[in-house]
Amino acid sequence: MKLLVAIKRVVDYNIKVRPKADGSDVDIATVKMSINPFDEVAVEEALRLREAGIATEIVAVAVGTAQSQDVLRHALAMGVDRAILVETDAVTEPLATAKLLKAVVQREQPQLTLIGKQAIDDDAAETGQMLAALLNVGQGTFASKLELTADRVVVTREISGGQEKVSLPLPAVITTDLRLNEPRYVKLPNLMQAKKKPIETLKSSDLGVDQAPRLKLLRVAEPPARAPGIKVSSVSELLQKLRDEAKVLP
Amino acid sequence: MTILIVAEHDHHELKPATRSAVTAATALGGDIHLLITGHGVDKVAQAAAKVQGVTRVRVVDDLAYAHGLPENLAPLLVRIAPDYTTVMAAADSFGKNLLPRVAALLDVAVVSEITQIVDQNTFVRPIYAGNLNATVQTTDAIKVLTVRATSFPAAPDGGVAAIDTLPTTGDAGLSAWLSTEIQPTDRVELSTARVVVSGGRALGSAEQFQQVLAPLAAKLNAALGATRAAVDAGYAPNEWQVGQTGTVVAPDLYIAVGVSGAVQHLAGMKDSRVIVAINHDPDAPIFQWADYGLVADLFETVKELEHNL
Ligand SMILES: Cc1cc2nc3c(=O)[nH]c(=O)nc-3n(C[C@H](O)[C@H](O)[C@H](O)COP(=O)(O)OP(=O)(O)OC[C@H]3O[C@@H](n4cnc5c(N)ncnc54)[C@H](O)[C@@H]3O)c2cc1C
Repeated sequence: MKLLVAIKRVVDYNIKVRPKADGSDVDIATVKMSINPFDEVAVEEALRLREAGIATEIVAVAVGTAQSQDVLRHALAMGVDRAILVETDAVTEPLATAKLLKAVVQREQPQLTLIGKQAIDDDAAETGQMLAALLNVGQGTFASKLELTADRVVVTREISGGQEKVSLPLPAVITTDLRLNEPRYVKLPNLMQAKKKPIETLKSSDLGVDQAPRLKLLRVAEPPARAPGIKVSSVSELLQKLRDEAKVLP
Repeated sequence: MTILIVAEHDHHELKPATRSAVTAATALGGDIHLLITGHGVDKVAQAAAKVQGVTRVRVVDDLAYAHGLPENLAPLLVRIAPDYTTVMAAADSFGKNLLPRVAALLDVAVVSEITQIVDQNTFVRPIYAGNLNATVQTTDAIKVLTVRATSFPAAPDGGVAAIDTLPTTGDAGLSAWLSTEIQPTDRVELSTARVVVSGGRALGSAEQFQQVLAPLAAKLNAALGATRAAVDAGYAPNEWQVGQTGTVVAPDLYIAVGVSGAVQHLAGMKDSRVIVAINHDPDAPIFQWADYGLVADLFETVKELEHNL
């Protein structure tokens, strides 16, 4: 069975981002970039399905600038078989990304497509659902467990207050939650080897997809600062403050 | 301008988050219709008709909708969306699962998890785990929005809307529901609790998490929350996780116990009205967000706090 994993290059999760001086966008010019952590979970899950003898081939695909090669190399170093870059200089919104991924899915014909449930830059949590819609297949979103057979996948989903299980015929699209697994550590020799592996590049403009943005970004700003807090020295002082000053306790 | 809100409910009551979406829609202006889907939804339709601001309740009753499967609901929404300028839902697991699927089929964008309405086409939404706010404007003919419930108060009762029924689009055959497990809780629900007591990795075990935090939560009539580190370590169930990937809360009082204050955790609680942090490390980042910080060992402090309440 063939699996496709979609990954995104995003600002590393340890970085605290700031707006550009003119507030027009996020300033990411010089910050460290990494594979989106939720997508890394998707790659790991695909590798485990191959190790369990269920998957036979794993193709990683990224939509982004030429620099997205580095996250594809990370996926290759983790162990995926092939990598495809859909190259575009524009930042694609989830809808455009889903359309580009659809073109790749139609070419590659995977039984299952895995993608992180959200990217930690826009936090949109939309692309997987949009891809499933465009492909007219079932979606198993926010997945914390997968049970795959030859023609169906049973997905345990994280929902408000608990869990839900759904069964989807293949092909299907899965979006992965952090709880699904813990991604393996990439060893340096594997990274070095992955540097030599070929990455197939498709120009996004060749895929016949409408990528025009639908949203106009007007402004990026830090949220209003909270009034500075204080340190209290004892439990009794804390209780007094909560009662008399904050008035959150009777 | 007419707005359609896709309601979430348990077949008895509307979810409070749906009422928050109604409040957001009221700010947009125009007629507000609530869509109730499910199987045997009379009772919840009656309840929906009483929500202040709702002008019409539209009901579609079919077993295919009983579990909110997006594969079945999306075709229904695609059929009725052209009657509306805006399609909305709360940004919880139901709305986030469904609306992007609907938007893609309508070939429009989603403005997800909006926290503020600037004007009819312009919205503020958090990005980068709430580190930044983006103001975005839609250019699509039909706006598809999800609303962060903690940013808008729940609409109260007080309305009298008409109810009508719409035909079903049936089962799309792309998915089957197997089971739902909602963790039974004898406490208030996390997302709407007025007080939240949250524990981090420092609690050390599931037993200590319960022994130390549960009595305090009980006395304060609070919901229990947890960091992802605490959940991963098995100290607390996943449903309690507060943060970028967990539940977003904004209670009157948030007490963070042995929580370091990583951005991903802050993303879920920094809009709380009053934040208290108890941590033995004076440099823990949580103190930059706490209104009241107590540098102390949690195992001594929390008991003392509970006894003196
Ligand atoms: C993509 C992504 C998404 C994430 N989403 C979330 C999310 O939704 N929610 C979330 O919470 N995290 C999330 N995380 C994890 C987050 O980055 C942190 O790792 C996590 O919040 C840390 O949890 P913690 O504060 O319990 O643990 P730690 O960072 O280990 O902090 C424990 C704290 O307890 C203090 N302490 C220890 N012993 C005591 C004692 N006896 N008395 C008092 N204080 C003590 C320590 O000083 C320390 O500050 C996410 C991470 C990633 C990469």
